[in-house]
Amino acid sequence: MSTLEIKDLHVSIETEQGNKEILKGVSLTIKTGETHAIMGPNGSGKSTLASTIAGHPRYTVTSGTITLDGEDVLEMSVDERARAGLFLAMQYPVEVPGVSMTNFLRTAKTAIDGEAPKLRTWTKDVKTAMEALKIDAEFASRNVNEGFSGGEKKRVEILQLELFKPKFAILDETDSGLDVDALKVVSEGVNRAQEQNEMGTLLITHYTRILRYIKPDFVHVFVDGKIAEQGGAELADRLEEEGYDRFLNVPA
Amino acid sequence: MTDTATHVSGEKARIGAPSIAGFTEEGENLSPMNAAASPIGGDAVKAHSHGGGAGVPDSSRAGRLTSYKLEDFAPLTGREEDFRFTPLKRMGGLHKNALTGAAPVLVMTGAKAVALETVAMSDARVGSAGVPEDRISANAWNSAAEAKIVTIPAESIGEQVTLTYTGDSTEAAAAHLVVIAEENSESVVVIDHVGTAVLAQNIEFDVREGAKLTVISLQAWEDTAIHAASHLAKVRKDGHFKHIAVTYGGDLVRLTPSAHFAGEGGEVELFGLYFADAGQHLEHRLFVDHATPHCTSNVLYKGALQGKDAHTVWVGDVLIRKEAPGTNSYEANRNLVLTEGARADSVPNLEIETGLIDGAGHASTTGRFDDEHLFYLMSRGIDEKTARRLVVRGFLNEIVQQIRVPEIEERLNETIERELAATGN
Repeated sequence: MSTLEIKDLHVSIETEQGNKEILKGVSLTIKTGETHAIMGPNGSGKSTLASTIAGHPRYTVTSGTITLDGEDVLEMSVDERARAGLFLAMQYPVEVPGVSMTNFLRTAKTAIDGEAPKLRTWTKDVKTAMEALKIDAEFASRNVNEGFSGGEKKRVEILQLELFKPKFAILDETDSGLDVDALKVVSEGVNRAQEQNEMGTLLITHYTRILRYIKPDFVHVFVDGKIAEQGGAELADRLEEEGYDRFLNVPA
Repeated sequence: MTDTATHVSGEKARIGAPSIAGFTEEGENLSPMNAAASPIGGDAVKAHSHGGGAGVPDSSRAGRLTSYKLEDFAPLTGREEDFRFTPLKRMGGLHKNALTGAAPVLVMTGAKAVALETVAMSDARVGSAGVPEDRISANAWNSAAEAKIVTIPAESIGEQVTLTYTGDSTEAAAAHLVVIAEENSESVVVIDHVGTAVLAQNIEFDVREGAKLTVISLQAWEDTAIHAASHLAKVRKDGHFKHIAVTYGGDLVRLTPSAHFAGEGGEVELFGLYFADAGQHLEHRLFVDHATPHCTSNVLYKGALQGKDAHTVWVGDVLIRKEAPGTNSYEANRNLVLTEGARADSVPNLEIETGLIDGAGHASTTGRFDDEHLFYLMSRGIDEKTARRLVVRGFLNEIVQQIRVPEIEERLNETIERELAATGN
């Protein structure tokens, strides 16, 4: 079992008006096999947490720690974090012109495992995973995310999640922009990865509808860069009915 | 201008005539100033002017002077439209001195039925496919001691020859080559430039009726070379000319491919790949002259730049004359700037003198290496060096895969790897 531990994390970004603190002391512990949902209104810092764990250069950690089984994640470069077992399914996956999906997937898999995957089983694994996610076989020869629709990009993120088998997956608003059918397909992919690899999941979302398909063990409500309330799956049901107003109307 | 306005309103008054200013029954009259018979544009300019129209220098590519005689071209100042990006001081005198040095040695390999001849510049085939379009080209024409002629026999299919120029002198020299692709032939001609030279060169491509000619010109010089080359192509009825320029060697390279349609149904594809390092000046100025109906052209040049004072210039002139209805044309240039201190100039020029075209478009982008690409690839465990290589190779691959000669593709991929390794990218 592995543990991803975030302690009193403070994160800032550079803006034209100077430094702006986005995360104001976040603490969270996730173990493999667990699913944590992070919910909250727009601008509360949910995506900042996701990008900071992955190591996006835009975000500066001013204090606090992130550790993976005791190892300092903040000391690691972006690629080292991925090789250590962290995976971020991005909210807006970028297009990489000229790099085919096939080449990209194989290069990444080789980097993560430290050795090239066996050609025959790898090709079969990719094909099976693509079929399960209802991704057209023709996508393998296309360039990474180039010309993909929003929904197709999200499916391809989950395809990578299934193929790379990380210890912890951070899903940054993977549900946004998906219709009901796509949401179901994508959720099944996440559930498969969790069952097969005993993966820990940090599910970031604005809406509760994805929680019908991916059942959280814990729900954390993010407001203004901090966790305002925590609970079990029942907290999500309450948010469904009441929305975030109750948190936003409380004077600071 | 008053005349034009009067004419339009008069036309409007007629029942059944188009009621939108600028439109005629023939379609959109995009530029009345450039109509073939107008006083300051088109052929009228060419007919009675040496360099630019009446008081409007270089207002249209149609008005650019062409001549076999050096004295018709005024000495260069560097302010001319077609030399404004070129550092004349670094031209090694190619634009002003007599070119008396020994030309690089030309060797042909791989030929089955293709003939290579050496002839006098007075041979009737010299000048059959082109006329110099700038002063350096005219200087080379006047200075060349002899011409080489490569003839691909009519109806022959599958010829692939390599012409290698090997230079070992830094004395300014001139060279002339004529490639004749005879009727209905299909062939690939690789023109390789290695060693060092200070060279002004003209290459004519005579693409005869129904011929399909693919040319891959590699400017793979050593660092010291200075090379100005005019590639002049005449594409006759149903001819197909595919030209791929690959430039990464030399201190200064200026390549001007011009393709002129001389019959209906022709097709021209101009591709280019350049990789400029610190201090290099790599310039490509191309011209597609749509002068006959129902021809197609497609242009795509891609460049990568790295290092201090790496400079690339791309100018793409596409002219669709009034005589060329049914034209379909597209041109694009894309640059990827890998480091600080490099500069890419990119100017697409599209002139359309008839509304009766199937399509015409142009695009140009110059971008920095995108950190978001890097982050995405690295977040999948790929180290920074590999991620950069993936992106750059991916960017250039669109051109590399057009080559379809495995050994050249392999050599290019190795070159790209070496270039990337050179600055630790």
